[in-house]
Amino acid sequence: MISTITIDGKTVPFTEEQTIMDAALAAGVYIPHLCHNPEFKPHGSCKLCVVEANGRNVTSCTMPASPGMVVVNDTPELNEDRKALVQMLFVEGNHICPACEATGNCQLQAAGYYLHMQSPHFMHFYPPRRVDASHPDIFLDLNRCILCELCVRASRDIDKKSVFGISSRGIDSHLVVNSESGRLGDTSMAVTDKAAHVCPTGAILIKRKGYTVPMGKRLFDQKTLPEFHLEQQKRVEPEDGPDGG
Amino acid sequence: MPSELETAANPEKLKRIVIEPVTRVEGHGKVTLLLDEDNRVHQARFHIVEFRGFEKFIQGRPYTEVPVLVQRLCGICPVSHNLAASKAMDVIVGATPPPAADKLRRLMHMGQMLQSHALHFFHLSSPDLLFGFDSEAGTRNIAGLAMEFPEIARQGIGLRKFGQEAIRMTSGKRVHGTGVIPGGMSKNLSCEDRNWLLGEIDQVVRWSQEAVNLIKRLYGEHKDFYNSFGYYRSSFMSLVGEDGAMDLYHGGLRAIDDKGQTIFDHVDYSHYGDYIREEVKSWSYMKFPFIRSQGREEGWYRVGPLARVNNCDFIPTPLAEAERKTFKEFDGGRATHATLSFHWARMIEMLHSAEAIRELLHDDDLLSDDLVNTGERQLRGVGVIEAPRGTLIHHYRINEDEQIVRANLIVATTHNNEAMNEAIRQVALQYLDGQQLTEGLLNYIEVAIRAFDPCLSCATHALGKMPLEVELIDAEGARIHHLIKDADGKHRA
Ligand code: SF4
Ligand code: FES
Repeated sequence: MISTITIDGKTVPFTEEQTIMDAALAAGVYIPHLCHNPEFKPHGSCKLCVVEANGRNVTSCTMPASPGMVVVNDTPELNEDRKALVQMLFVEGNHICPACEATGNCQLQAAGYYLHMQSPHFMHFYPPRRVDASHPDIFLDLNRCILCELCVRASRDIDKKSVFGISSRGIDSHLVVNSESGRLGDTSMAVTDKAAHVCPTGAILIKRKGYTVPMGKRLFDQKTLPEFHLEQQKRVEPEDGPDGG
Repeated sequence: MPSELETAANPEKLKRIVIEPVTRVEGHGKVTLLLDEDNRVHQARFHIVEFRGFEKFIQGRPYTEVPVLVQRLCGICPVSHNLAASKAMDVIVGATPPPAADKLRRLMHMGQMLQSHALHFFHLSSPDLLFGFDSEAGTRNIAGLAMEFPEIARQGIGLRKFGQEAIRMTSGKRVHGTGVIPGGMSKNLSCEDRNWLLGEIDQVVRWSQEAVNLIKRLYGEHKDFYNSFGYYRSSFMSLVGEDGAMDLYHGGLRAIDDKGQTIFDHVDYSHYGDYIREEVKSWSYMKFPFIRSQGREEGWYRVGPLARVNNCDFIPTPLAEAERKTFKEFDGGRATHATLSFHWARMIEMLHSAEAIRELLHDDDLLSDDLVNTGERQLRGVGVIEAPRGTLIHHYRINEDEQIVRANLIVATTHNNEAMNEAIRQVALQYLDGQQLTEGLLNYIEVAIRAFDPCLSCATHALGKMPLEVELIDAEGARIHHLIKDADGKHRA
């Protein structure tokens, strides 16, 4: 028997082991998210995906779906909270979209647009953050890191190199590079590694590629953030659907 | 040469007049005049009160970011910074852009010339020229122009819009596009866009010709005044093409002195530092460049439309070339050094830009997909372009990790720094000396500055709405005269 949950009144099937997020995306229901990527184990850090499940706020990317669960997702209140989270991410780092190569391809920026963010609202922290250009092909700009740990997961789980890690706690958390010098150029990371291509912002950039895609042809000129995320989900599903095989 | 009004021995004993901010220029500047009891002018200075620290800001950034980042220096001519930086980055990536990219950039640049010159002439300067410098200040603006001369205002808006569309179609956006990349372009011109431009261009050329006719007529009607207003002779510097042609996008540096003698010619601009030095003065954030061989005192010069029209041997488009000849011959050549001739030269360049666009549009290279070249990376790159306001120099050094380690920018307004000060001094001596000050008279000072179309910073788009406050302070520091112009153009004491 296929179990179901409802999301904003819509019946959504799920299989064992699926989270609310998995079930939603598989059914084409969009829940905003930044640190979730269906190719990797969930991490649950950005909190953008928080929904109300049976009356309680939970991170949908980590919460397993359970039969009959009633999920509330797309409400003005939840979206306001999500907007505030995105605004906090903006002021916590140094995100200067007009001068960033990732503009038009950045999921943080796209989330800002999607959630109708008009201004950063909060005071900018202007934290002093490191820029690491030591790798011949990759530029690491921690000004733009939102600590989603996607690069950490990709490097550890797929590339099997564990090039990245997160150090310290709370507001002091920051991305570290796993080499004696702490420089990316001294790791075994290669430009073809998965970790070089998962960053949702412009923190990990491929050198000499900046602005080669013209305006109008960039990722989020072509599609909305929900469209992009739903397609991302499709790519990890087996050909004959989530329940097949 | 420039020292006549720099002789105030005890400046603290004199009355100080501050014009701040100077209106209808791009950015934020301030003029101070020092007067004695009899209102005789002892010192006139043009200060830049804004400092962006941009060269510091980009240190550590990857070079690919820079052409886009530097556009933020200026809301009015971002394309010029984008192109100058990109030309420097072409050198850094070791590549000459393919012909298609070169032509697309030229199209973008000509669009920029057109829109910037149109903005300056129609919005910022024609109110002075058509209504008179000391006419009723409340109508001496674009709104007054639209009431009194609706056709002229309409053409001004049309020209500007065409230029902006040419920029949008080549760069991806009307302001701050990203079409230009190191080694070439990221996009070509679509057929549809080319057809739109072709549909408009004849009218644009016609309107540009009419604009030249207008300034030529005004100049002719008030010849003595135009010739003498803030008049002085100076050296000029600009890029010229290999054959001596006016070339606003690329060429070698040429400088001629105030007697028309060559100082240097066809200089490879990557060695600009061998020819130009910059001096710092305590009272302005803007540096004072000078031609090394002429020395600190005598080596200042003018750049911009007047310099380019004077410096080139010919303009490679027929209508503009005919106008250049008329200009050079006018009144025995006297107009070639006049401060207000900047307007005339600017309109000749606008006409040239329109004609050049018309020629370019028939070139199928604009539709090509062969847009980028790559080569062997270099650690240093200089890019120079003739921006609407004059020669723009971008100079970068990168490290092995491809980060910017050093940047030096010399913008047109900086080249013209001493020249603008000289224009103010002349006007102050001619019109203000010994007079009771009025708003009209103070506007004379602004008219002289505005002739250069200075871009003092980049943050504001005030377009004549900027409030202006003038204070006359006596030797004891007490305010004895005070005049305020509000954003709506009304005056109060
Ligand atoms: S560098 Fe990018 S992928 Fe890695 S943690 Fe930061 S934002 Fe996430
Ligand atoms: S997507 Fe769930 S916490 Fe980030």
